[in-house]
Amino acid sequence: MEGILTQSILFGILATGVRLATPYLLAALGEMFVQRSGVYNLGIEGIMLLGAFLGFFTTLHLGNPIFGILAGIGTGAILGFLMALVSVTFKAEQGISGIGLYMFGLGLSGLLFRLYVGGITSIKGLQPFSVPLLCDIPCVGTILFRHNWMVYLVYILVPFAWFVLYRTTWGLKVRAAGTKPEAADTLGESVDKIRYQCLILGGALAGLAGAFLTVGQANMFVDNITAGRGFIAIALVYFGRWSPWGIMAGSLLFSMADSFQSMVQVLGIRFPYELAVMLPYLVTIVALAVSFGRVWAPAALGRPYERGSRG
Amino acid sequence: MNKSWITQILVLLAALVCALLVGAVFILLAKSNPIKAYGVMFTGPFSSKFGISETLVRAVPLLLVGLGIVISFRSGILNIGAEGQILIGAVTASAAAAFFPQWPAVFLLPLVLLAGFAGGAFWGGIAGWLKARLSVNEILSTVMLNQIAAQVYIYLIRGPLIDPQQLTFGTRAPQTALMPEGIWLGRLIPGTRLHTGLILAVLLAILVYIFLWRTTIGYRMRAVGAGPEAARYGGIRVEFYLVLAMALAGGLAGVAGSVEVVGVHHRALEDISAGYGFSGIVAALFGRLHPLGTIPAAILFGALILGADMMQRAVNIPAAIVMAVQGLVILFVVSSDIFLRKPGYAKQVIGSIFSRKRKKEA
Repeated sequence: MEGILTQSILFGILATGVRLATPYLLAALGEMFVQRSGVYNLGIEGIMLLGAFLGFFTTLHLGNPIFGILAGIGTGAILGFLMALVSVTFKAEQGISGIGLYMFGLGLSGLLFRLYVGGITSIKGLQPFSVPLLCDIPCVGTILFRHNWMVYLVYILVPFAWFVLYRTTWGLKVRAAGTKPEAADTLGESVDKIRYQCLILGGALAGLAGAFLTVGQANMFVDNITAGRGFIAIALVYFGRWSPWGIMAGSLLFSMADSFQSMVQVLGIRFPYELAVMLPYLVTIVALAVSFGRVWAPAALGRPYERGSRG
Repeated sequence: MNKSWITQILVLLAALVCALLVGAVFILLAKSNPIKAYGVMFTGPFSSKFGISETLVRAVPLLLVGLGIVISFRSGILNIGAEGQILIGAVTASAAAAFFPQWPAVFLLPLVLLAGFAGGAFWGGIAGWLKARLSVNEILSTVMLNQIAAQVYIYLIRGPLIDPQQLTFGTRAPQTALMPEGIWLGRLIPGTRLHTGLILAVLLAILVYIFLWRTTIGYRMRAVGAGPEAARYGGIRVEFYLVLAMALAGGLAGVAGSVEVVGVHHRALEDISAGYGFSGIVAALFGRLHPLGTIPAAILFGALILGADMMQRAVNIPAAIVMAVQGLVILFVVSSDIFLRKPGYAKQVIGSIFSRKRKKEA
């Protein structure tokens, strides 16, 4: 009896972990393209917050979560464009502008929530979809194949992102813009254009990640619902060394710890509540600290490209 | 020189106006009248003794946090952990007052303020050390430390440091014991909450100015900020100054926390920071990262925060709008920098847009 109980708990932790990893993975894959093109977007937390609210709000009014997801993508793309305007065209300090975008998203999502919703309201979000046949495989089926369709989509996105980055011309341009923008420019590629594309793509993915939080996980919106997830996603980009597979490994490691932590609380194991809540943030700091043993980063990361300058 | 000052102030005001114009769109969306809303927001804080004193009450923590931001940004390290550093400072200050209640006020008050400084400096120093030793991005580490500080703070004021009275009465409100009245900061204007912390903050602003521009250590810190590699060739121990910058920035935020405790609330309680950690960044940027410029900027944003509260009561626009507007102010201020550095850049940008259009037409 006890054996069955622990086994089902273990499966529960793993399955929840697979699901919890998705918002991190989405936001981090987007940020990976942004940083590969040579720009930091440190404001994705703000984008996620607005994506989360508008995804929730659209679903609340139109009923179908698919509209919420589209709203999240659209919001994120617009904010990504805004960030591109600030950091590419106006060549602003990227760290500080990220803080600005974060505060903007935090304030605006809180404002809109109070204006148009007010209190805790739940929505009917994405429903789990068991993949036929595959979901019946013992162990693996429960862990991997009983989620909502967004979860599957996100994991398919990982090899796709790898393919785009390493096997397509556009991916090559992105990497060139981030490591040797002068070379890309010499070949007639507009560095600014590539960076705009990446920031818009990264923004759209961050907005989608935010919408997933409300539409695919919580089924509601509360103030500051992201609670630092956007910043953690950026940390995962470092931890995963700017590669899709590394980012996926980091996201899973992280979400498993998160899932374990919440299970410990549910089971009522004596463990200080505050310590459990701060655990993901401690893990992030440790992950950042250990991932700097061997440093590799896109060479032009954070450096605005100025034509004709010798860099 | 004079002219450049005027240009800078005009650019800053233009950034603020642009941010407020975007804010006006949101007020319109809320089906309110932006002119009426902004009318309350801008006249409210300045039209009464209450308004002016409360503006300055908010300006004190903004200025203290802002000074720390000036030091860290000037040293090339982006501290956004002031929110957490305020909390740690507030709780260490309260702990000091709780452990030595018998001490005479002349000794206890400095001890409490120093404890706040030490707590914040320790918390900021962690991020500085992580940056210097392990090149951990300080924006990420300070965000994480903010979240951790919030949990440490709530644990301490709910557990070990809780007001014994809350336990006797069984109410268990998360707050520390009321501090001995002897160390409460004096009132500058009777009948208001304005306290002598304002004088302390202004004195510290002058001190930070002297420190950054008139001492060798300050010079080295700015050199690290201007170019760490060049500074290293110049024989400056870059790592040491990064840690020092973060410790000082955290310390000043910690002082802000302890001043809130001894000056306003007289105990540590929930929600003590109220977003000062982020607004302080805006104040510092608006003060052009100059300690003395941060003084008027802190007063301006103190008024804005108070005005937003008044607006919420008068026309029912949630005060959360002020956070969104401050975020926009940051975006506009950092975007306008290029036009100050390169006056011809605006023409270049507009020109490139038009040439692209012409290309498409052709």
